[in-house]
Amino acid sequence: MLLIPCPWCGPRDEAEFHYGGQAHVAYPENPAALSDEEWARYLFFRDNPKGRFAERWNHTAGCRRWFNAVRNTATNEIEAGEVTA
Amino acid sequence: MTSRRMTGWQGETVRFRFDGRDYEGVRGDTLASALLANGVRTVAASPALGRPRGIYAAWTEEPNALVQVAAEPMLQATTVELRDGLDAHGLSGRGRLTDETDTARYDAVHAHCDVLVVGAGPAGLAAATVAAETGARVIIADDRPIAGGSLPDTAETVGGVAGAEWAAATLDALDGRPDIRVLRRTSVFGYYDDNYLVAVERRGEHAHSRERVWRIRARRVVLATGAHERPIAFAGNDRPGVMLAGSARAYANRHGVLPGDRAVVFTTNDSAYAAARDLAAAGVEIAAIVDTRATPSRGGDGVEILTGHVVTAVGGDDGVSSVTVSPSDGGAGREIEADLLLVSGGWSPLVHLFSQSGGDLRHDDGIGSFVPASARQAVEVAGAARGVFTLAGCLEDGAAAGARAAEAAGFRVEGTFEVPRTPDEDPAAPAEHLWLVPGADYSTHFVDLQRDVTVADVMRATGAGLRSVEHVKRYTTAGTAHDQGKLSGVLTSAVVGHALGLPLGDLGTTTFRAPYVPVGFATLAGRHRGALHDPVRTTSLHEWHVAYGAPFENVGQWKRPWYYPRAGEDMETAVLRECGAVRESVGAMDASTLGKIDVQGPDAAEFLDRIYTNMMSTLKVGAIRYGVMCRPDGMVFDDGTVIRLADDRFLVTTTTGNAAAVLDWMEEWLQTEWPGLRVYCTSVTEHWATVALAGPGSRDVLAGLAPGLAVDAASFPFMTWRDTEVAGLAARVCRISFSGELAYEINVNAWDGLALWEAVMGTGVVTPYGTETMHVLRAEKGYPIVGQDTDGTVTPADLGMDWVVSKKKPDFIGKRSFARADTSRPDRKHLVGLLPADPGRLLPEGAHLVETSTLPEPPVPTLGHVTSSYRSAVLGSTFALALVSGGRDRMGEVLYVPLGGEQVPVTVTSHILYDPEGARRDG
Ligand SMILES: [Zn+2]
Repeated sequence: MLLIPCPWCGPRDEAEFHYGGQAHVAYPENPAALSDEEWARYLFFRDNPKGRFAERWNHTAGCRRWFNAVRNTATNEIEAGEVTA
Repeated sequence: MTSRRMTGWQGETVRFRFDGRDYEGVRGDTLASALLANGVRTVAASPALGRPRGIYAAWTEEPNALVQVAAEPMLQATTVELRDGLDAHGLSGRGRLTDETDTARYDAVHAHCDVLVVGAGPAGLAAATVAAETGARVIIADDRPIAGGSLPDTAETVGGVAGAEWAAATLDALDGRPDIRVLRRTSVFGYYDDNYLVAVERRGEHAHSRERVWRIRARRVVLATGAHERPIAFAGNDRPGVMLAGSARAYANRHGVLPGDRAVVFTTNDSAYAAARDLAAAGVEIAAIVDTRATPSRGGDGVEILTGHVVTAVGGDDGVSSVTVSPSDGGAGREIEADLLLVSGGWSPLVHLFSQSGGDLRHDDGIGSFVPASARQAVEVAGAARGVFTLAGCLEDGAAAGARAAEAAGFRVEGTFEVPRTPDEDPAAPAEHLWLVPGADYSTHFVDLQRDVTVADVMRATGAGLRSVEHVKRYTTAGTAHDQGKLSGVLTSAVVGHALGLPLGDLGTTTFRAPYVPVGFATLAGRHRGALHDPVRTTSLHEWHVAYGAPFENVGQWKRPWYYPRAGEDMETAVLRECGAVRESVGAMDASTLGKIDVQGPDAAEFLDRIYTNMMSTLKVGAIRYGVMCRPDGMVFDDGTVIRLADDRFLVTTTTGNAAAVLDWMEEWLQTEWPGLRVYCTSVTEHWATVALAGPGSRDVLAGLAPGLAVDAASFPFMTWRDTEVAGLAARVCRISFSGELAYEINVNAWDGLALWEAVMGTGVVTPYGTETMHVLRAEKGYPIVGQDTDGTVTPADLGMDWVVSKKKPDFIGKRSFARADTSRPDRKHLVGLLPADPGRLLPEGAHLVETSTLPEPPVPTLGHVTSSYRSAVLGSTFALALVSGGRDRMGEVLYVPLGGEQVPVTVTSHILYDPEGARRDG
């Protein structure tokens, strides 16, 4: 049970959160201008590193706000969460 | 008192039953100690081989003595506290589940602390005392009924008093402090991320809750979990009467029980000498000490010591009657009469929780086992759990760990902890690490008694080429089930090492996993059972549905009335009657469960244009539009209606099961991609009660209930809404239809719902209908249900709904994917209708479709599957909706549904089977 630092509420149990996958995968500025492959990379391709990984979390059972946090996938250590956007 | 109890042992008599026979024990006994006191040697047959098995250990490491007590299976006799009326049965490896409901209460507690100490032995008590002195909030959890860890087993003294007495007084002193919580009979069984530990507290049959789970978040943890004695693999090492030496010592000192009359002690180290001394003092005759080492480390107090010897055979099929000992280097053996064989292969630190925490272990040559190396979490390990095996050493080590933990948690240690005086101990001579006594074959050299795994089994695994202890574990099952490597772990690794010629340190251990001790599902479930397992959501009309005998369908967490059977009706008859009522006159349904989201703000229209595939910003105030949402991959996610309440305000409806997901979806896009949009979304699902009024007679019924409302088609056209009064209640009426018939949805405040429904029913002409009828009616019209006729791989075009995808908007979620090659493949699965050749044949939902009237050799390519299937009164036939590859190009084709050896023919039709021209919409 991770202890996840919500930037709005402070550290809370993992069970209060919804995981949002890799952070910083922005919706493309102009999807129509992308090739099929570029669009497929946005839709389907995500990193899977061993080590530091920036992820999105939503504090669903708390403030319901989205934020980003960097987690070490090998140790589960989380660096302080940051406000999205 | 009974025969094997030491003379003079005091205790209140406790009566119990075991395998149908009555016995007596004393208060403070475990079931195991009481059985031994009564001379019961065999508890059960072993699970795979059916060999008799007795009591092997004295606490949670017991591999053999499993019992069932009432409904509770798989308890260890060594940890069951004896109580009056206890009725236990020995188990051969597996228990029995019962049909009876467990009426006991189970509970859960969440707790936080600065320092959590696991174990109230010498090290744990010292750690907790030191940490408590600093002002830190401390929880100390111990799995035993009485404090002291091994102290009651060894009868050592601390500070000049009996160790057990010192431990009890120390724990009581901690218990009396306001910031300290003492958890007795509490096993910490799991160590998870960020110092989150889970424990089970056994409170007893008469407590408010029988057991409760503690979920503890600790700043720092001190693990003072002790050590387990190791077995040795030799021929016949599973016979009743073979017992760990330290466990026999515990039965004598803790319970006053002599587990045998005449014992042979088989050891690789010094600790068994103390056991032999205590047992001799208690009245057990020690026939010989068999020491694998060449020179004895100390005197045997007059007992014969056979150095450089090993046990090569055990006589007695039902229990030890003799022990054959032989020189290690071969040579003639000698048979010694004995009914007890005490074994010590050394001690292994109990590293389960440390390992679960993510800490690394290293092999320690001195103790022949694994010890904590580097920690990943905020944890200290103290005492025997890290290989400190002297009493004085444990006290000092625990005090130091408690100080480190408190300081790391932000507290200041003032003064010094005075370690209580302990008796002088001779320095221990080096132990020998012998795992395996060589034998002719290894078929009775057991490495895991609870799984009946022998050295021969392990060698079969290594012979098959397995080199990892993880693989050997899976191949042999050694260390699985309730043992979890407690006794079998290091021994199995060592035998693998022996077979492969590899040092133990290179092999390591298998992964330690929670739970450390067996935990009941009822305990973990706590109060989340029955009605409290998951929230049940009911509408404001629920009581009426119950009163009218409707069975309920679960949709998400909602209870929705399924149909309303009249006397003598089965479901089929009732649904056909309800369908007929809607198509021919008028019916009403409780539609309150539809998700409703209030979307407002200056940019609400722009926001909905991005979220929906079709245009919402052009919707006029007072009008309603059907809309579809897709994911960026272009697959349908949800559908529903959007009504425009004002320039900057919309009410969005969602499917019943998706309401929360749609709100989350909207929030995600607003917060993470479009934070500049001024839009606010609020769930209002439960603010409203909604009654759908459907059928050609609905206009007349509404006119009668809402005299102030102009209901003619010109004044109140399709896909518009009006605020008015219905049955005297403030209401919003929407002219929408999910059946193809003239229909209205009347929305009132949730607390007015029942009054509205009763007014509708009070007209005497309206038939209540449930979700099954709603499904049939919508399917006849080819309206898909998201999640039933779609599955996350279906686009609006696949559903024949190109018209709902805007060609004008520059972008919306999913748009770019409609230009992918994949979404325009001609063989994509399309939503079509199916009419079986036999109009009475109801196809099962999920059934597959194939091209040929005879089934070819497998593999048979499937063309798709049935998503919805019903009987229809208006069609005079059964019918189905299906997703079929290239379905729209197959109109009129005959396909086949393989069902139990039969190829059932069906004709492909449009998915709109009833009123395709939409003539019935305006009544
Ligand atoms: Zn929060």
